[in-house]
Amino acid sequence: MKLYHVTNNCASHIALSDIPVVEYVELYNDLKERMAQRRYHIGHYFATEIENGLKFFLILLDDTTSEVLVTSFVPDYYSEGLASLTALHPAFHPFEREIHELYGVPFDSHPWLKPLRFSHDRRDKASTMDSYPFYSIEGAELHEVNVGPIHAGIIEPGAFRFICAGEQVLHLEIALGYQHRGVEGEMVRNQNRLRQTLIAESIAGDTAVGHATAYAEVVEKFAGFKASKSLSLERMIAIELERIAMHLADTGALATDIGFQLYQVACEALRTVTINTSQAWCGNRFGKSVIRPCGSNHPLTEQKIALIRKNISEVRRRYNEVREDIMESPSLLARFEQCGLVPKSEMETIGGVGQAARASGLLRDLRATHPSGYYTEIKHEPILKHDGDVMSRLATRMDEVLQSADYIESALANYKPQGDIPAPDYNATLQGDALAFSLVEGWRGEICHVALTNGEGEIVKYKIKDPSLHNWLGLAIAVRSEGISDFPINNKSFNLSYCGHDL
Amino acid sequence: MLVKLLNTLLMVVVALSITGVINRTRALLAGRKGIRFLQHIYNVNLLLRKGAVYSTTTTALFRIAPVVYLGATLLAFLFIPIADLEPLLSFHGDIVFVAYLLALSRVAIVLAAMDTGSSFEGMGAAREALYGALVEPALMMGMATLALFCGYSSFADIFATAQELNMNLTIVLLLVAYVFVVIMIIEAGRVPVDDPKTHLELTMIHEVMCLDYSGVDMALIHIAGWLKNAIFAIIAANAVAVAFSFHWWFAAPLAILATGIAIGVVESFRARNKLSRNATFILTIVAMSALVLLTGFLLIQNIEI
Repeated sequence: MKLYHVTNNCASHIALSDIPVVEYVELYNDLKERMAQRRYHIGHYFATEIENGLKFFLILLDDTTSEVLVTSFVPDYYSEGLASLTALHPAFHPFEREIHELYGVPFDSHPWLKPLRFSHDRRDKASTMDSYPFYSIEGAELHEVNVGPIHAGIIEPGAFRFICAGEQVLHLEIALGYQHRGVEGEMVRNQNRLRQTLIAESIAGDTAVGHATAYAEVVEKFAGFKASKSLSLERMIAIELERIAMHLADTGALATDIGFQLYQVACEALRTVTINTSQAWCGNRFGKSVIRPCGSNHPLTEQKIALIRKNISEVRRRYNEVREDIMESPSLLARFEQCGLVPKSEMETIGGVGQAARASGLLRDLRATHPSGYYTEIKHEPILKHDGDVMSRLATRMDEVLQSADYIESALANYKPQGDIPAPDYNATLQGDALAFSLVEGWRGEICHVALTNGEGEIVKYKIKDPSLHNWLGLAIAVRSEGISDFPINNKSFNLSYCGHDL
Repeated sequence: MLVKLLNTLLMVVVALSITGVINRTRALLAGRKGIRFLQHIYNVNLLLRKGAVYSTTTTALFRIAPVVYLGATLLAFLFIPIADLEPLLSFHGDIVFVAYLLALSRVAIVLAAMDTGSSFEGMGAAREALYGALVEPALMMGMATLALFCGYSSFADIFATAQELNMNLTIVLLLVAYVFVVIMIIEAGRVPVDDPKTHLELTMIHEVMCLDYSGVDMALIHIAGWLKNAIFAIIAANAVAVAFSFHWWFAAPLAILATGIAIGVVESFRARNKLSRNATFILTIVAMSALVLLTGFLLIQNIEI
């Protein structure tokens, strides 16, 4: 029996009738083998309510062939719990925890089904942050340090509980779920697509372009809209601009955390140039409003192209100088090298994605493994580092800035606006009874949006996965046995999103 | 008497100016215009006009500590002469008294930090106590070197007789000055040992102990910090002045500029240490001051090296 519907990131939507409905036992046995091959990783895994029960969907990404495997199952879970996949492959942990939290599905032998995000529609309303099951270790020599949920900076809420022996961290537990925006519900409650786009841009404020692109691609797949080459190119420019801006900001933030003023101010100045370029393009420094479904309100003009090229080549030149200095700065290297190690095997086990995974030598880059749009033409070479320490994560960022600048430069070098980019269409008819997913490599990593439509072509289920969902655990692992005072640089080297996780 | 007042007045000017010079140096090196030179004084003035908020878990110890901290530092401050001027207070053996006054101020603030029961402040107190204990030998040996050269054990007498010193000792005096500048960096919690600009509680040393203080108490702690800076900066500048030009109009500006610019430059062009490396950093300075003391001893004995 066919277990999966095979498709890829460039294909259109999938009719629900094309997705096989399998037996969980068979899927479980297959995944046990398949995941052990280490060539697949999870795109998304979620459940949705149907008449008298739940239907589960699983999207699996094959990193060697660009194939995407989609399957579903409808278990009779009230009689018995589902065998936990997390127990075999820990990368499943956030998904099973979410399903458990939302629908109370028991997962047998799951190592620890603690709540994921305390969303408003969770099943067990008695489960609140006050009763969060924090891990604890007994010992007269140990002490616990709780940081947050309210922090001393202008950042989002999240509690970090350290168990330390003196200055050394034995264990860090990260408890998120202080924001209850209900983004996924909001995307369904109102079918106005302009409104949905605006919400998508706000899923994680630092990834406005990434999430808006993911949303636009989902809608376009339902609508059967094929983005023209110029539209895909402009979206690529927007995503890479965002990547440059955020990597610059993080380089500066890492310098701030070690009290290194020189690199801090140098990077802040360059970031300003970059985000001002976005502003000149679309009127918003974070690239909001540049991505719209089925078209664009801000097609590039000759003038804007010239400005972007000028600014980006300037940023590239100056940042390269900063990069070379950083690589030769002994006091900085003494802080970042061999600090916060996450080996490749560990990163793979927990399902790490994006720039943090690449810093550990794990190839997780959708631009290379599952390209769509303009990336199919670029033949992207992912940047891999192998040490998995703070320095590797910084070095990945630094190299990616230069690479992104090169992509922008070469794409715009011969680009003449054709005037063939339509205005956005918020009213296109969507294919009914279908599933569409989008996979976008944002600056932080893999963004996956999945939507289901009903018979009338309305979106009835919208699932969002920000790369932070996977990588928060990576941070917890990175700081183990490090000094507690090195937590901030580790945190900054991952720079994960609280709201992208909490939704 | 007038000389003593001039000395105290100049000391106050030095204490108030160093932070301004550090801020200005950092700003210039960052390519910024920077805040007003006296902004830190305005800030403290603002704090002085505010009430303080106290956590319910704290006791009287927590409220007394800032006063003890400032009081002990202020008393120590009054023993320091600027080059050829006379300090307000002086007696034989006051170099040891000053060292223990500074230790007393540290004990007060460390106990107050423990009193809050906060895990952050507990960590800060542990760090401060460790580094304080490690740096103390450097301070003692630095002062001992000066005492050894002059044969006196009060700051006033040491510097009053220092101008007759043999020129062979110049290099040792410069090293004494260096040791005191580094002690100042450690005591003031500046880069590379600590970072006063950081907002990250987990990495702080000095700042984290003062997290629960507000308003007037915070102001007292800031003022004590300035006075402490001035003590070390002036001793360092005096040591240099002995070798070159032993006048107050040389030593006082030198104390402000040399330490202020040095700290500003260091904070712009290097990262702070990994916390676990701080002990090594401090012990290096202790070793250096031991070397200075030994070299000084050999030199005044006229032993060929």
